Amino acid sequence: MSGHKMLFSGLKLWTAGRSRWISRLHDDCSTKVCIVGSGPAGFYTAQHLIKARQDVEVDIYERLPVPFGLVRFGVAPDHPEVKNVINTFTQTARQSRCHFYGNVSVGTDVSVEELRHAYHAVVLSYGAEGNRGMGVPGEDLPGVHAAKDFVGWYNGLPSCRELRPDLSCETAVILGQGNVALDVARVLLAPLDILKKTDITQPALEALAESQVRRVLIVGRRGPMQVACTIKELREMVNLPNTRPELMAADFEGVAEALKDLPRPRKRLTELMSKTALEIPGEKEQQRRSGASHTWGFRFFRSPVEILADPERSRTAGIRLAVNRLEGSGEGARAVLTGEVEDVTCGLVISSIGYKSLPIHPSVPFDSRKAVVPNSMGRVQQAAGLYCSGWLKTGPTGVIATTMNSSFDTARSLVEDMESGTLDVSAAKPGSQSVSALLEKRGVKPVTFSDWEKIDGVETRRGEVVGKPREKLLTVEEMLQVARS
Amino acid sequence: MAFVTALRRLAHVRLREYSWRTAAVTSGAWLTSQRSFTSSSPSLRSDNKVTINFVNRDGEKITVKGSPGDSLLDIVINEDLDFDGFGACEGTLACSTCHLIFDEDTYKSLGPVTDEEMDMLDLAYGLTDTSRLGCQICLTKSLEGVVARVPESVADIRQSKDESS
Ligand SMILES: Cc1cc2nc3c(=O)[nH]c(=O)nc-3n(C[C@H](O)[C@H](O)[C@H](O)COP(=O)(O)OP(=O)(O)OC[C@H]3O[C@@H](n4cnc5c(N)ncnc54)[C@H](O)[C@@H]3O)c2cc1C
Ligand code: FES
Repeated sequence: MSGHKMLFSGLKLWTAGRSRWISRLHDDCSTKVCIVGSGPAGFYTAQHLIKARQDVEVDIYERLPVPFGLVRFGVAPDHPEVKNVINTFTQTARQSRCHFYGNVSVGTDVSVEELRHAYHAVVLSYGAEGNRGMGVPGEDLPGVHAAKDFVGWYNGLPSCRELRPDLSCETAVILGQGNVALDVARVLLAPLDILKKTDITQPALEALAESQVRRVLIVGRRGPMQVACTIKELREMVNLPNTRPELMAADFEGVAEALKDLPRPRKRLTELMSKTALEIPGEKEQQRRSGASHTWGFRFFRSPVEILADPERSRTAGIRLAVNRLEGSGEGARAVLTGEVEDVTCGLVISSIGYKSLPIHPSVPFDSRKAVVPNSMGRVQQAAGLYCSGWLKTGPTGVIATTMNSSFDTARSLVEDMESGTLDVSAAKPGSQSVSALLEKRGVKPVTFSDWEKIDGVETRRGEVVGKPREKLLTVEEMLQVARS
Repeated sequence: MAFVTALRRLAHVRLREYSWRTAAVTSGAWLTSQRSFTSSSPSLRSDNKVTINFVNRDGEKITVKGSPGDSLLDIVINEDLDFDGFGACEGTLACSTCHLIFDEDTYKSLGPVTDEEMDMLDLAYGLTDTSRLGCQICLTKSLEGVVARVPESVADIRQSKDESS
């Protein structure tokens, strides 16, 4: 093992040295591209650019001192496999033609205009950090949280550290039936033994250890055939230890007949759900279910009307749901109010109805209805040299593989434009040189990728002590302190 | 066994890094490099190797050899095949980027598919009835000469349609 290691690190040194030397040779005539945001979109765009063209240099600017966006702050702690993409991102970041500048907030520390002056091309991939509100009375009550914040809290996003959700109630209601909703449900219900071996934050682990939540209802406007989650996440719920499903047979009327015409993914998803709801389980499964102390269930055909407060109006005591019926069928079916309402007692409401991209500057086109930057194949409309990728380009849906493909497409567009001359790369551009000067003047000190590797090292070592893959640093100050040590 | 896999995985990551950097200096030639150290590993003796034909996204056929027991993902990594984004989750059944398409007879000969693999496949672009995930297929002697097609990524084809509607 150590022999292997030595051989490879020797090679690494040699090749790293050589490529640095080569890159210095054509430093000044290189095409300088900057990327805003270091999530999967940023890194996959960078990867493709560097790979496609030997004369491109890529700088990635990231608001936080730490890279990887939602891979670090979104993906559930019990999905460590998903985070393996970090290895590929790390390889990209270590390329001599790629530089990471963390702790630089574009729009505040440096403007998009300044970046456009300094670089031949700017790729916006700053994700979807806004939140779709429910727009119902009572949504500001204590006990109501956006899934984005709840997820940020258990994943150690510095801005969500103070959330401290009150988990002293028995029932939690989650609004929305996508994968994020199921992530939240799983984290609320998972046995502590599972969670404590993940990179979930220590404060979240402690709060969950004290949690009284025994029942999680996952509410959707429409029916079982319209849920937005994928089958992997549903299967995880079905198999979650110490929980049993609570589904209503009546919700599945007519579903069996509709199955045969569905495309395979939707068909398999619906089959698993109806099987869980309707089939009488075998003896072993029956035993498992009756021994379970926690329950989860989908509540279909319901829209939030109002969050109900306790008599003192100091916190959440329940939620009023409107009962819907469906008009039409399939993916396009519409939920229509029946006029009936139903109250559910609960102390925690988590709204998981979607992330939302935010505009970065009035000079950058933004479609506020779709909450994306209007683009064709990643080229921002009416803005030469400006590109976008990731959730900012597509809207906040899809898995990392979706983001990857669409980021490669953006990179392809950029390369095409270089080759066709649509993107003017004839004049030399200063790139990070001028931006660094600006940042220094403004007192902003970027975090480099090797600084991040120090943070990574500290986190991994802290994790090792407690049997976790990592123990995340929870504040920007702490991150910066380690980065500068 | 798990340890061996982990060790191999480590070696692969390093290898990938190595060839990435070489590619950077040998301008253009992104993928090819002879790595004597892989073939010196005892499990990779050439006598019992199996031939695999990959068809890449441009329709080009790439013929390589692999050892029984390797997954098709292992082979893509070992041989440094340039399939953009292939194997993002490193073979842990969490991404579907190792999607490969086979002809019907081969598909049948590959054996049963687990629910978990089907679950991830359901998220793959260009899913067909004879799709599999490359990281879940172990090479055997009986797969000699197998043809595996890397599907095109159609992310933006769909998106641009959405936009125009
Ligand atoms: C809760 C949750 C769980 C998920 N789980 C999975 C999963 O299990 N599997 C899977 O495949 N996919 C999962 N996804 C989807 C996946 O995370 C996305 O597809 C992907 O992260 C989108 O990438 P992005 O780069 O567009 O955005 P992001 O990952 O959000 O990256 C954007 C980056 O830009 C930075 N940024 C923002 N503003 C600025 C600024 N002004 N200046 C500089 N930088 C800025 C942010 O800090 C961030 O690092 C999940 C998503 C969520 C929300
Ligand atoms: S490599 Fe991710 S599923 Fe095969």
